[in-house]
Order: sequence, then C-alpha cells, then structure tokens
Amino acid sequence: MSEAMGSEAGVRAEVRAWLAANWDPALGLVEWRTRLAHSGWGMPTWPTRWYGREMPEAMVPVIEEEFDQAGAIGVARIGIRTLAAATILAHGTDLQKEKYLLRILTGEDTWCQLFSEPSSGSDVAGAVTRAEFQGNQWVVNGQKVWTTSAHKAHWGLLLARTNWDAPKHRGLSYFIIDMKQPGVSVSPLRQMNGFASFNQVFLTDAIVPPEMIVSTEGDGWTVTNTTLMHERRGADGLRAQPKGSDRPERIYGEERDEIAVALEPYRWYPSRAGRVDMVLPRAIETGAIHDPVVRQEVGKLLVMARCAEWTARRARAAKEQGKPQGPEGSLGKLAASVVARAAARVHTQMTGAGALLAGPEAAAGGTVAEILLSVPAVSIAGGTDEIQRNIIAERVLGMPREPSEDTKKPFRDVPRNTVG
Amino acid sequence: MKFSFSAEQEAFRESLRGYLAERSPTKEVRRLMETEAGWEREGWARLNAEMGLAAVRIPEAYGGQGFGFSEQCIVMEEMGRVLLCAPFFASAVLAAGAILQAGTEAQKAALLPGIASGAVVGTLAWVEESGRWDAEGTTLSAARDGAGWRLDGHKSFVIDGHTADLIVVLGRTEAGLSLFTVDGAAVSRRAVQGIDPTRKLARLAFAGVRAELLGEDGGASEPFARVMTEAAVGLANEMVGGAERLREDALAYAKMRMQFGKVIAGFQSMKHKQADMLMEVELAKSAAYYAAAALDDGDADVAVAASIAKAAASEAYLQTAIHAVQIHGGIGFTWDNETHLWFKRAKASEVMLGDATLHRERMMQAMVEGTP
Repeated sequence: MSEAMGSEAGVRAEVRAWLAANWDPALGLVEWRTRLAHSGWGMPTWPTRWYGREMPEAMVPVIEEEFDQAGAIGVARIGIRTLAAATILAHGTDLQKEKYLLRILTGEDTWCQLFSEPSSGSDVAGAVTRAEFQGNQWVVNGQKVWTTSAHKAHWGLLLARTNWDAPKHRGLSYFIIDMKQPGVSVSPLRQMNGFASFNQVFLTDAIVPPEMIVSTEGDGWTVTNTTLMHERRGADGLRAQPKGSDRPERIYGEERDEIAVALEPYRWYPSRAGRVDMVLPRAIETGAIHDPVVRQEVGKLLVMARCAEWTARRARAAKEQGKPQGPEGSLGKLAASVVARAAARVHTQMTGAGALLAGPEAAAGGTVAEILLSVPAVSIAGGTDEIQRNIIAERVLGMPREPSEDTKKPFRDVPRNTVG
Repeated sequence: MKFSFSAEQEAFRESLRGYLAERSPTKEVRRLMETEAGWEREGWARLNAEMGLAAVRIPEAYGGQGFGFSEQCIVMEEMGRVLLCAPFFASAVLAAGAILQAGTEAQKAALLPGIASGAVVGTLAWVEESGRWDAEGTTLSAARDGAGWRLDGHKSFVIDGHTADLIVVLGRTEAGLSLFTVDGAAVSRRAVQGIDPTRKLARLAFAGVRAELLGEDGGASEPFARVMTEAAVGLANEMVGGAERLREDALAYAKMRMQFGKVIAGFQSMKHKQADMLMEVELAKSAAYYAAAALDDGDADVAVAASIAKAAASEAYLQTAIHAVQIHGGIGFTWDNETHLWFKRAKASEVMLGDATLHRERMMQAMVEGTP
C-alpha cells in the first residue's frame, strides 16, 4: 500500500485507476453497475462486506468528481430505493442484504414506502394496518396512502401493527413486502394540482414470509425512524435532480430512460418548491421590477432564499468535514417551506389578474398556476412544518416533548379515527 | 471559507468567547452604559494588550496582526454577543477601514499603528442631519487653507464621535467627495441621547476646523462605498452574535419559568416560536459568515452579499428581540431584566447603516442594472 492511501490524493488516484481499467460505456447498465457495486466504489461509505469501502463521507465528493471526469455512471440512487438500502443496511439480516442490496444498486428493483395511512398522517406510529402471523407467514390487511411509485415498485417498506396490547410505538413491526402479489392492489390518488403522483395501496390478506421482517417483532418504530431520518436528510433543497448524460452510447440511453421513469412522479416538485429561479426573470419580463412594492417583495424572497441555501451549504460542509451536526442541519426542510410560500406570494403579485388563469394560455405557460397550486404540499409532505418545529424544539433545543395521551396504554384502548 | 470555519478560527472564537464573557458581564455593560463616554480607556487598553483585538484585520506592515475579515467578523460577533462597550466598530472597522481604503502609503504608516495598538481611537463621520446613509447626502464642505484644509458643516449619528481621538470625515471639495482626518479635540462635539445606551452617538459641528486630506482630493466615492460594504458585513456579524445570545437566554428562561404547573417551554406555542427563532438566527448567521468570506475572497458581487447579510440580520435580530421580550412576559418589559439591553442594540443596529428595506433595494439595484 502506498503512503498516500486514505488521503484525498491517494483515493483520487485509486478511483481513477479503477475507472480506467473498468469503466466501459459499451456495457449494459445493469452489467456495469454490477461490476461497480462489487468494487465498492459505487457506495464508498458502506461496509466493505456490503459493496462499500468504509470511507469517510468527506471522500464522496472526490470520488464523484472522478466519476464525472470519466463520464462514468454511478449506482442507482433515485427514489425510495436509497432509503430502502440505508434501512436494510442498518437493520436488515444478512439474508436481506444478500437478496436486496445489489439489485437496489443496479437499479433492477424499484421500491416504495408504505408508512402513511388515511387515519395516520403526522402520527405515523398510529398505523392500524394489521399484520398477523398465521401458520408460517405474516398476513397483512389495511390501507396505505401517499405511496410514490407503488404501481411500479417490486418491493415495499411496510409498517404494520403486530401487537394491539402493547403501547403504540411498541406494537409495530417493519416488513419488506412483495408488491407483485394478488393481495396488493394499487390505485392512483389525484391531487389538488391535478397531478396523480401518488397511490393508495390496499392490502387484503397480503403475504409476507417470516424472514422478511426487518429487525424484530415490535421494533418497527426504531427501523421506521432510520428510514425517515434518511428521507429528511435529502430534503434540504440542495440536491439537484439527476439529469443523465446525452452521450450516444447505449448505457447513457438506458440511464436516461431510468431517470425519466423514476422522476415522472416528481415533475411538479420544482413548482412545489416555488420556482425561486423564475422570480427575477419574470419580474424583468413583466415590468414588475419597476414597481417599488414588488421590488421589496422580490428582495425579501431572494434574501431568504439565499440565506436558506447558504445554511444548507453550512450543514453540508459540516457533514463533509465529519463535524457533529449543528442546529443548521435541522432547518433545511422548514426553511425550504417558508421560501416556497414566499415565492408563491411574489409570483401572484407579479402576475396580477393573470394569476386567475391556469393551463397553457396562462402566465409562463401555466407554470405560475402550477406553482400556486403545488406549494401547499411543501409544508405537509415528508413531515408537516408543525411536526418539523416540534422536532427542532425537542431534539435541537432540548424542550419538553409533547404530552402523550396515547403512548402508555395498550394501543387497542387509544381513541382512533372512525373514518379513514 | 464561506460555509465553515477553520480549526484555528474556531479555537480563536472559543477563547475570545470565554474572555469576553468574563470581561463584559451584564453588570459591566450596565455600568458603562450609564457613563457619558460609554467606554473606558483603561478597559480598552487592557483588551488590546491582552487580545490585540483592534489589530486583527490591520496588515502587519502597519502594526496589525494581518488577519482577514472572517477573523474580524468573529470578533464582531463575539462582542455583539456580550454587548461589549468599546469603540471597536468605530475604530477598527470604520476608521481603520477608511484609512486602509483611501489613505496614502504615508498616511497608513502614520495612522494605523496607533489604531492597531488601541492607543488611538478613531471613528468615521459621514451621516448628517438628513439621516441619509449614502454619500449623496453629504453637504459638509472643505476648502484649502495653505497646505491643509478647513472643514465647515456638521455630522450626526457619529458612533463614539464625542470620545474619538481621530475622526475621519466625509466632505465635499470643488473636486467632489473627499475624506479628511481631523483631531477629535479640535471639533465642537456633544453626545446625543440614543435609543441604545451601549453604543454612543455624537453630533459634531465643524466651523473652520483644520483637517488633513485623506488620500486623493475628490477621490472618496469608491473607497467610501467599499468601507460601507465592510461596515455592513461587520455589523451584520455583530448582530447575529447578539441575536443568538438573546435566543439562548429566552430558551433558558422558557425552560425554567413555571406556569399552569409546568415549564412554559412545554407549551407548543413556545416550542414553535423557538424553532422559528432558531431558523431566523441561523439563516442570518449563514449570510453574515458568507459575506465576511466574500470580502476575504475579493468577490466581485460582495456588495450584494453585504446587503443580504445586513437585511437578514436586521430582521432576525429585531424579531428575536421582540420574541425574547414576549417569552419573558412582564418581567421582560422591566429595566432590571437584561433583555432590553439587547433589544435596544437590535433596534439601533437595524437602523444603523440602513435598514432591511434599504438593503433589499440596494441588492435589487446591484442585481438588475438600470432599475429603478
């Protein structure tokens, strides 16, 4: 081993040499990713035994730079599969890791998350979907909602109640469920902005084999928190949507197709975030820039957006340097929500009466209307602003937890919604 | 570094925080704010002898320590945290900044070592009764008198103007905007009652006061604009230091204060307010740090970053102060409680160098040419 091993320059040289010897755009996408996954360069922070190299987070940008330089494609990283991988890595059995991790990295399998229910939104731990052990398998009955890509998914991350006599958080278990079975039925859910990006999932005597419980019976809430933590981490608004390369080789085409399919449900997400990038160009285009009141509102928004971006970058820099997460690391989602609402207000103000219209004839080809009708989702999805504030207050500021009416007694005695 | 501090910078901050907490407890702030000067030579001399703070950003060639804006802004932030009563902003940021930007080599060599050691306290006098923060409002006139100049007119809202030894003055000559230095004792000056007793302001009258031209006759526009950018960044960092202290104090109080049989920190209205306060302060901190690093990096659009930082700090500091009084309730409105000291600094700092509205407009002008 050279002295430089482990240093930035050493890692850079090593990954460059590996890519020179192995990257080949003539390979098929799965074929290449299989090779990449086995090398450990696809997920360098993962354990060596499971497709990784046990490297510090700080090396990831270095390695990504080398991949970009070489034009090499990385492992599959879009969608719920990343959360599935992180959760299985943290809590799964060797058998589960063997079965799922590689196919997650190659992109062969698509995943969905079955947490939210019609009767439990913010209160995810109040899930009433029921899993019962009958004979030699788990039998699942209930309804899940807000499930992205459920109609395409091979596997689902399922939170279900296995013990009604235990208190709320201790009666839950976490399963990996095969979505392609007769007991699973998926139907689209139409949103107020007209898109139907999510699904409702009906589970009717759906089957889960005993080895597909993640961690132990009753430990489902711990596992769920791992998944949710990874989900929140990705919500700082810094992560750009993957675009793919327009190079001619077949492998790039395969990747472009994969991205297009995976991102389809998310295509209105830029509108949901308020399209801050459109504000200044539209202010100039519409002449609103000359209105001193609008100028102030645009100014307020841009100051806030810039501050939010810089805060997210501080959080990322701290993470990359391996420093303990400071308070700035918990604010990304809430800040993004505040920015989006401010952006929607400014878009309305600049558009005037035109904001009455929607569709292709409307302002910016209908994008303004799409923004106005999509922004309400940003303060709800992935944890409402109210829940985010509770989390910040309790976990960052050390304030008392919310009084719990429902966590001490058996869950069957807890008052619940009668209508979904 | 725009998004993180080096290990050395963090160590500097840590030692400074401990030092200033000991040097400037609230009792000391209250004692000094009741004096007319607002600060004391002895304490200022000790601060500079022990920590060399006035010298931090002054180049080594002129007796300074040669650090950057990021280090100077760490000093500002920590001073803002404890409301240190000292002429640091006036002398080390405003006066030293003006001399560095506008002065000739000989003037820098003559004037800066004194400011760096703390032996000389400087300030910058630019605003007049009109209250305009930009140079356009300048009416003070300067005329040649033999080898020197004589100044006629007045200056208002001059930070530490009644105690400074050396006053850098913005005036007009036939050639245009120019900067001058005058001996503080030669000026007719009086303290004015400010809303913030921890940072004193003065009104200065110039009736044929002898002055030396600083730099070039008629050449002050650019150096002055640059000094205002540096000052806005420095003040923004001081403000986020104060805001964070207020936020922490209000949180500690909420965790201790019992009502309805439990600590008020247990009420969700308090938790959500505290979460919002954290967000506002952290966002403003990010902008203040970014702008300081942008000064060090020589970014072309540093004036935009400075205005963002000042606008964000202005709103975050005052809003935090309003929340902090509210969280304390009735006791928060009393003189004995400490919150009002920071509230007053927040209010004064919001206005000083231009409020959030002004800085948003400046940012817009810089981002979109030819408007309004």
